[in-house]
Order: sequence, then structure tokens, then C-alpha cells
Amino acid sequence: MIRTDKILLKHGSGGKSMATLVHEIFMRYFDNSILSEKTDAARIDVPNQKLVFTTDAFVVDPIFFPGGDIGKLAVCGTVNDLAVTGAKPLFLSASFIIEEGFPVTDLIRVVKSMAKASAEAGVKIVAGDTKVVHKGKCDKIFISTSGIGTIGLKQIPIATGKRMKPGDHIIVTGYVGDHGTAVMAAREGFNMQIRVRSDCAPLNHMIQRLLKAGIDITFMRDATRGGVATVLGEAVEGKSLGISVNEQKVPCRSAVRGFCELLGFDPLYIANEGKAVIIVRPGDALKALHVLRKDQYGRLAADIGTITRNNPGRVILQTQTGSQRYLDMLSGDQLPRIC
Amino acid sequence: MEVCGGHTMAIHQFGIRQMLPPTIKLLSGPGCPVCVTSRIYIDKAIRIGQMKDVIITTYGDLIRVPGSSSSLERERGNGMDVRMVYSAMDAVVIARENPTRQVVFLGIGFETTAPASAITIIEAKKSGLVNFSLLSAHKVMPPVMQQLIHEGIRINGYIAPGHVSAITGTRMYQPIVENFHIPVVVSGFEAADILHSILLLVRQVESGTPRVEVQYKRVVKSEGNTIAQERMRQVFSPADEPWRGFGVIPESGLRIRKAFSTFDADLRFPLKMKESPEPKGCICGNILKGLQAPADCRLFAKKCTPDDPVGACMVSSEGACAAAYKYAT
Amino acid sequence: MCLGVPAKVISVDGNMAGVEIGGVTYQARIDLLDEVLPGDYVILHAGFAIEKVDEAEAAETIRLFKEVLSMEDQEKDID
Repeated sequence: MIRTDKILLKHGSGGKSMATLVHEIFMRYFDNSILSEKTDAARIDVPNQKLVFTTDAFVVDPIFFPGGDIGKLAVCGTVNDLAVTGAKPLFLSASFIIEEGFPVTDLIRVVKSMAKASAEAGVKIVAGDTKVVHKGKCDKIFISTSGIGTIGLKQIPIATGKRMKPGDHIIVTGYVGDHGTAVMAAREGFNMQIRVRSDCAPLNHMIQRLLKAGIDITFMRDATRGGVATVLGEAVEGKSLGISVNEQKVPCRSAVRGFCELLGFDPLYIANEGKAVIIVRPGDALKALHVLRKDQYGRLAADIGTITRNNPGRVILQTQTGSQRYLDMLSGDQLPRIC
Repeated sequence: MEVCGGHTMAIHQFGIRQMLPPTIKLLSGPGCPVCVTSRIYIDKAIRIGQMKDVIITTYGDLIRVPGSSSSLERERGNGMDVRMVYSAMDAVVIARENPTRQVVFLGIGFETTAPASAITIIEAKKSGLVNFSLLSAHKVMPPVMQQLIHEGIRINGYIAPGHVSAITGTRMYQPIVENFHIPVVVSGFEAADILHSILLLVRQVESGTPRVEVQYKRVVKSEGNTIAQERMRQVFSPADEPWRGFGVIPESGLRIRKAFSTFDADLRFPLKMKESPEPKGCICGNILKGLQAPADCRLFAKKCTPDDPVGACMVSSEGACAAAYKYAT
Repeated sequence: MCLGVPAKVISVDGNMAGVEIGGVTYQARIDLLDEVLPGDYVILHAGFAIEKVDEAEAAETIRLFKEVLSMEDQEKDID
């Protein structure tokens, strides 16, 4: 039985206290047959297919924010990294680095959230680790994950975008900038009330539906840090193709726009955690929108632009005034400006 | 020429230059308060921040501005307590919450922002706050606007800053009209506002009778905000001030008056600072004056990028170089 | 320094006002303004309301811009 209300160094030291912690929190909430074998490494059975493997780390502050928390982020972020390659996410690992003094109730809250997100995504957390560090050596809790999924041969070119051609349509799956806005507004020092929640969500089911419907996806990526603008830049970086995007077609909540106006930010660069940029063959664009909009995470999917022959490697934004400008990738975080 | 960071940004964001005929050239002047903050000021802020139990509070984009050898952002990485605030009053809150530490607020900005600093200092005095001070680099616009013309930069008209003018009113631009016979139009920030202002300037140039005109009528009154002006006068007095790229411009800055001297970080932390030369190849000075364009700088987009800025014009997103880098066509 | 954003005043309490911009609410200082009432629009800069937006002038500006836009559509000269 965990008798303390705070995580202590002994909980990470590999002894009885850690075993109790693992059993009562991680094993209990991540409950699956592989974990319950209690081996040092998980033995997983994967169908005879190509594998996709990813790793990620989560250090978000604050750890609880409107619409999510660091745990949900960890699961969804890893699941989405796999899902946007066209793969089926199967298994995750989760390593926790916890600061001495971290409330046990907060840990339980994070772990429960991860369990819920994994269940929704249909993935199992099968391996993990716990370390506790001295107070001040990490900020409350850090989570490091890896994920494995399987991918069909047809989907392999999606991640590199090798099959993109001029004329392909660019779809974004909904409102941009929700996550970054929710997290920034929740941080101390901003003093703003904003009814925006993080869009943190697992996108794998939605993407699988697109693939099942026969949509020809030529490139896909989730728009996390750096926003949609960064993904667009990555799509054509070093390629002989360019992108033309219509600023007015990009869906954005008025609350996010308001927040951005206040601080001088551009919503196209703000982080998302439940949005994908999906590039499809022109003939499939309407059908793709139709499939996406039927999904709870794609209701506001929009066609925002096309792949072009012009300006290779660059993204051109058609602005609301009718003029054009380059949309470059973010260099460093956007800083609030006063002028 | 425009002399307002907000206008620099808007012009780039909306692609205004693309819409103009080749007979109209838009120059970007020293309107970015971050960009004209002198290197010595940054060095001073860093020296103060390195002292025991000091919290540096600042508006966001100042943290990346390079001083002689470092920036606040870099020093934050070395353990300095640097906190970004949206409002000067937030710095006072931090001071109240940390009574054993000295909170220093970096007071940059033009006349739009100085009143906020003034109110903050007045309030700090009223509540007897002992651990709060402001390091002023506040500046005012008319002297630099005149200086540019004195330096021989060919300007046929000024697009005057919209929110500075909302505070100060428009009378302060009269000497520019009278001494140099060029029109001044106070502009709003929408694309249509800026185009409208350019049209009004062109008309004035063509008519040959320059005057001060307000395009941004929905916000700017000719008398300005008298309460804000009064607060500024109460707390600040004009002083000579160094502008990055210009050197010292007489009477172009705001210093805290004697009555509020306990809140003057310059006095609370007396430091002997050494002037250091601008980095080799950096032409920020000329760019701020509108004499050269970002593309003219041999460091632009090579050694000097938004990721790794050499000069201040690249740091603030409304600096001429940062805007050009981001929005260049 | 110009990042001033028009915000709608929702509530007033002493030297503070609750202002709203597209769904974001913020407690702004109104020490720099004489009389602020709910329903007023103010320009918000660095946490302070620095000036009110004159609704009549704003309406006139909008009218002017609309006129210009419709002129562009008809390909007339802007006089």
C-alpha cells in the first residue's frame, strides 16, 4: 500500500517501495496481459508486416491544462507519430522521471489519463520504467515514450512524400492553434481567461478510415510544435515542389485568433496535438473531406491549398488582402511582442 | 517612411509593397523599440540580473536581443531568473510575491508603453514597494524622426505611428511639417488603413501643402490622451538617450524623475558600463535609418538569422530584417 | 510600440475592466481613461486600455473601406 501522499526518492530506487508503486499505479491502470507477466522486457507478437517505431519525450508545463494533461499528451503524441505514417499503432512504452515530492494523486491522475487515451486509441502500454530524482532536478514529471506499429507496403511512401505531385490538395483536419493557446494561457503570467481547450487526441482511427476508403494520401504529418506552417515547410523542403496555401481557408477559432492578436502571434505557427496535415490526390480531396468530417476529430477539416510547380521548396501564402508572402518554418518559439 | 514596428509588420504581412506602383518606395524606419535598444542597456540588464536575488522581468521579444557578448535568453540558460511579462503591472505582482528578492522591470517602448510604466511606478510608490525598480530605455519619436532627415535621408512623407499618436496627440509632429515641409499622416494598422494613409500622403505631396493629418480617426484625437500624457510627465523627464544604430539623440529618452528615484534601477544598481563596437559587418544602424535594406547586409540570412541574430533588426519579429526574412518575396 | 488590439469592455470595477477579444477575456487597467463603460471598445496595449475606439469614426472608416472595395470590383479609378 502506498502510504505517502508524495513521491519520494525510495519510490525510484528499485526496491519494495518502487514495486508497490508500480503495482498499485502503473500495473493497475495500464492493465494488460503483457504487463502482468512482469518481465523485464515485454514479449510482443506482431503480425508479419513492416514495423514502424517512434520515440518521444514530454515535458509540458503546466502538466494539467484545459483539454488534457502530460499523460494524455504522451499517449496521443506517440500514437499520432505512428498513425501519420499510415501505420497501425500497437504497443507503447512509458518511462517516468518524477521529481521528489510530486503528489501521488497527481501521478494517479496522469496515469489514469494515459490509460483512458490508450484505450481509446486501442494501444497497449507494455513496458515502462520509473525514476525519482532529487527535488529540483526535474520539473514535476517527465514522460518518455516509444511506440511500435505495423504498416502496409502501400502506405510506406506517405511519410516521405515522395509521391506528391503538383495539383495535390492539402487538407488540415480542423481548427489550428488550440493546443498551444490552451497551454500558454494556462501558464502563469498570462492572466487571460480563454475558453480554448487543447485539441489533444489520438488520430489513428480517423486516419485508418481514410485509408480504408481508398483515399490516395501522398504525404501526411501531425502538426505539433511549430504548427501547420512548419509541417508545410517540411513537406516540400529540399523538393522540387512548392506549396500554395490560402490563408482564409485555414480553420481557426476566433478565441485563438484573439489570443494571437493580443500577443502578436501567428496561429499558423502555434502547436497542435490533434491535427494532421494530409496531402491527397486531387480526385480524392472531396471524398477525404467527407470521411474526415464524419469523425469527431475531423469535423472542421478543410482544403487549404495545393502542391505547385512554382517556388520549389517554399510555401506561399495567399493573404486575405490578395497579396502573397512566404510562409517560412519557425525559428525558435514565437515571442510575445509589444509593438 | 514608417517608424512603427506595428506598421513594419503589417506592411510585410499584407504585402503592401506589392500593391504599390514603382513610383512609391516604402522605407522602414526605427519603429521597433526592441531593435533600437542599445547594447549597453542589454549588458546592464544582464549585469543586474547576475546579482544575487534579482529577478529580471521583461516584455517578450527583448530576451533574444544580443548585447555585447550575450543575451537575456542565453543568460536564462545559465541560470539567471528572467521572466516574461505581458504587462508592467505583472512585474509588480512578482515583486509582491517575492519580498526577499529585487525585481527589476526592463522599461522599453515608446510613448504607447511609457504611460503603463508611469502608472506602475506611481502604484509601486503608493504601496511602498521596496523591492521593485524599473530600468528605463523608454524613448520618444519626434527627435529621431527629425534626426533621420538631418542625416540626409530622403523622405517625402512620414507614416506616423498610430498608437504612439493616440497617446501623444498630433501636435508634436508640427515641427517636422514646418521645418522640413513634408506631410505626416497618422495611420491605423489594417491593410486598408495603411493604403489609405499612403494615398493621403501622396495627395499632400502633390498638392504641395504638407500638414499633419490623421487617418486613424477612430482612435487618434489631435489632443491625444491627456491623462496618459500627465502620468508620463509626472514620472518621467526627457533625457539624452542612446539609440542602437544612431548613437545618442538629445532629449529622445525618458528618465525617471527625482520624486520616484527609488524606483530607478539605474540608481539602485549603479554600474560602470563599457561601450563596445558593433559586430563586424552588422549594418543595423543603416537599416534602422532606412539607408540600406536587409538584403544589403552581408550577414543577412547567412550569419544573421532569426534563430541566431547578430543585430537587433533580426531579433524582434517586427524588426526590418526579421520581417524581410519571414515575409520576403 | 503599436501592438494595440481593439477589445470590448464587458465589466468595469474601479481601475480594472474585463475586456474581451474574440473569446479571450482579460482584466485590463483603465487608469489612463476617463470614463469606461461596458459596451465601449478600447485599444489594449501591454495590459492597459490606452484609448477608446470612437464608434462613429469606426463606422465611417468601415464604410470608406467597403466603398473602396466595391470600386475595385467595378474597376473604377480611386479618386
